[in-house]
Amino acid sequence: MNQKKLSTFQQLRRSLLSGREPLKTQRLVSVSAASCGRASGALAVASALMEEIKKYKLEDSVKVILTGCHGFCQFEPNVVIFPERIFYPNLSQDKIPLLVEKTLLQGQIVSELAFSDGQEGKIYPTIDELPFYRKQVRWLLDSHLTLEPDSLESYLEQEGFEALERVFSGMAPEEIIKIIMSSGLRGRGGAGFPTGLKWQMARGAKSDRKYIICNGDEGDPGAYMDRGLLESNPFSVIEGMIIGGYAVGAEKGFIYIREEYPLAIERVENALEKARVSGLLGENIMGSRFSFELELVRGAGAFVSGEETALIASIEGRRAFPRQRPPFPVVSGLWGKPTVINNVETWANVPLIIRKGALWFSRIGTAKSKGTKIFSLVGQVRYTGLVEVPLGLTLKEVIEEVGGGPEPGKKIKAVQTGGPSGGCIPASLFSLPLDYETLQDAGSIMGSGGMIVIDDDTCILDFILYFLRFARDESCGQCSPCRVGTRQMVRILEKIARGEGRLSDLELLEKIGWTMKEGSLCGLGRTAANPVLSALRHFQNELESHILRKECPAKVCRELICYEIDKERCTACGLCLQSCPVGAISQEAGGYPFINQALCTRCGVCYSSCPPEFSAIAKVNRRQVDPSLGKEGE
Amino acid sequence: MKQIENIQEEVDRIFNSLPPERRYLILFLHRVQQKLGYIPEEALLRSAEYFSASPAEVYGVVTFYSGFRLRPSCQHEIVICQGTACHVRGAQAIKEELSRILEITPGEANSGKNIALRTVNCLGCCALAPVVVVDGEYQARVNLKDLKKIVEKFSKKSR
Repeated sequence: MNQKKLSTFQQLRRSLLSGREPLKTQRLVSVSAASCGRASGALAVASALMEEIKKYKLEDSVKVILTGCHGFCQFEPNVVIFPERIFYPNLSQDKIPLLVEKTLLQGQIVSELAFSDGQEGKIYPTIDELPFYRKQVRWLLDSHLTLEPDSLESYLEQEGFEALERVFSGMAPEEIIKIIMSSGLRGRGGAGFPTGLKWQMARGAKSDRKYIICNGDEGDPGAYMDRGLLESNPFSVIEGMIIGGYAVGAEKGFIYIREEYPLAIERVENALEKARVSGLLGENIMGSRFSFELELVRGAGAFVSGEETALIASIEGRRAFPRQRPPFPVVSGLWGKPTVINNVETWANVPLIIRKGALWFSRIGTAKSKGTKIFSLVGQVRYTGLVEVPLGLTLKEVIEEVGGGPEPGKKIKAVQTGGPSGGCIPASLFSLPLDYETLQDAGSIMGSGGMIVIDDDTCILDFILYFLRFARDESCGQCSPCRVGTRQMVRILEKIARGEGRLSDLELLEKIGWTMKEGSLCGLGRTAANPVLSALRHFQNELESHILRKECPAKVCRELICYEIDKERCTACGLCLQSCPVGAISQEAGGYPFINQALCTRCGVCYSSCPPEFSAIAKVNRRQVDPSLGKEGE
Repeated sequence: MKQIENIQEEVDRIFNSLPPERRYLILFLHRVQQKLGYIPEEALLRSAEYFSASPAEVYGVVTFYSGFRLRPSCQHEIVICQGTACHVRGAQAIKEELSRILEITPGEANSGKNIALRTVNCLGCCALAPVVVVDGEYQARVNLKDLKKIVEKFSKKSR
């Protein structure tokens, strides 16, 4: 029997891959073309490339592929040229002739096209030398450089479905669960529940029917790891889910993707269809006795759908209302049946672990957090993009070495992890390692992988107000601690931002926060106060400054600042005057602009219209101009 | 706007592609909106019958998810990303300036210019922040002073 199963995989490979040139020997130009790349013009760059290649008659020796995300999203569109792995960032159509002539025809590296760090002017010709990539361990992401996301052939060529083949060549479900357990893989969606344990509970549950679900409702603003994976390597998630279905005894699975990710939906839909046609999904997969079907469900725009019980309600065609747990979904989930819900990244790790073994996987990480984790490193940091690092790396290493530290002339203040459920970790704690428990002790959470760096230009008060407004808008409204708590917190924070706060407001915020934590129904409500509680813990001074001195140190809170013309720098060019939407800027004697503070709405349009070489408009604390501001609060 | 016969026809066609099981309700609504640009009352009432739910329940679903619209959309649509990375890079000011230029608040439409404005929680293009999407075209690293030009460029173009 084993012999027969083995041969079905071999047959599939033979029929799909015969005649394809082996990847290793090819001159390959890989164009990063996930959503970020496309938004920056990757498709135009790719067609210019192909045209130029045709001009030189290089079609037979050079292959251009459109891949998913290369990770360095800030420098899209970019290409990686194989076999040397030459990296050219920020490409545009006009640079293509140079690239084709010098690199593809003559085999030279063009230093004008290569990545340069700007400050020291050092050139980094290959992707592996780039500081952004050097510290990363890209177990999942490296394949994105060479995989064509819509092609089953391409996936098969790069070890695709080898894990499934191994599973069908005689592994018992219990054996798979044991491997996942001993690998130490924990849920990548944020809570960090051991994946193997979840599977074992579902396996042990008695029921005529079981389900598995892939949670791709990546709702945390500022996080896009799942989008990156689904757009770049949809087959790995499908393979992981087939293995998961076999291990827990489910014959049906669902992939739930938020509708804000149209390209991910398109690519998963395509991958599912190709898997069905090739016998990788459906009845008796690849000649085995295991039948399994997968269905894509498209979200409709609700943050709370990412909560597992809410997600189940949404698949059932209802409002995404969370419900009380227990019973947990592994006991009673979709239509009351035992259901395993894992995050996209968790599923994508499964084929890797089966292929390489539990020991291999657990060799990196900390005592309790194993393997790698993908983060979306974004915000006010020099290099932004999708990064994959070993768990246990310190925040400092990620932010300063991978992320390149602060933007020129700025100072990093904190990093926010875990989205609206997480908190801010101040720069003074950046020596902490990335580990589920450590981040929790510091008042934040690992979360699904959003890592938003903020510098001195971001006001902590404004930042947490952003998260609380988000939580207020997305609260489903079933339970009062969350529904009322988020509303009241927003009110209090807005009051402080206007300069009308009192010190007792901070105590009140803390009280409301703990009430929400203790009393809310679901994870959204229980964690919604975290941004505020962590700010109270780490940034009390900055909050107090708004209350006691009526000053916003980052000069963000609108009621507490105003704009002024710096006459020493101003050249009276008149741009600010033209740009002001409310007519608050007029001309003084000598042609210099003058801002009428009574009319000014502090929208900042003049500030952004002033050419950077002049920077003649300054933000100042309003108190300096208007000493009467908020006297009574002291 | 489409005629009422047209709506009935389309809705029938979509019913034919889906079994009358409750779990297909959201997919049905997606397909109606994709075809017609919004979810007409007619479709809402008939889907309640088809999926054996009360009209109130269907209305509850439609209004719970921010992706569904109960009114016809405009020819042009501007979507402002409100993700965290966009927020720290000035999305709030962009929202206000666009509201001012178009004389509407997000969620509304300027019928004269035929442009609708709405916000979205996060598009996941955080490294390109702040992001605005005009008629499906992503605009990366948008600057306050570019907004007028962006609006003008797209309002002249017909879809």
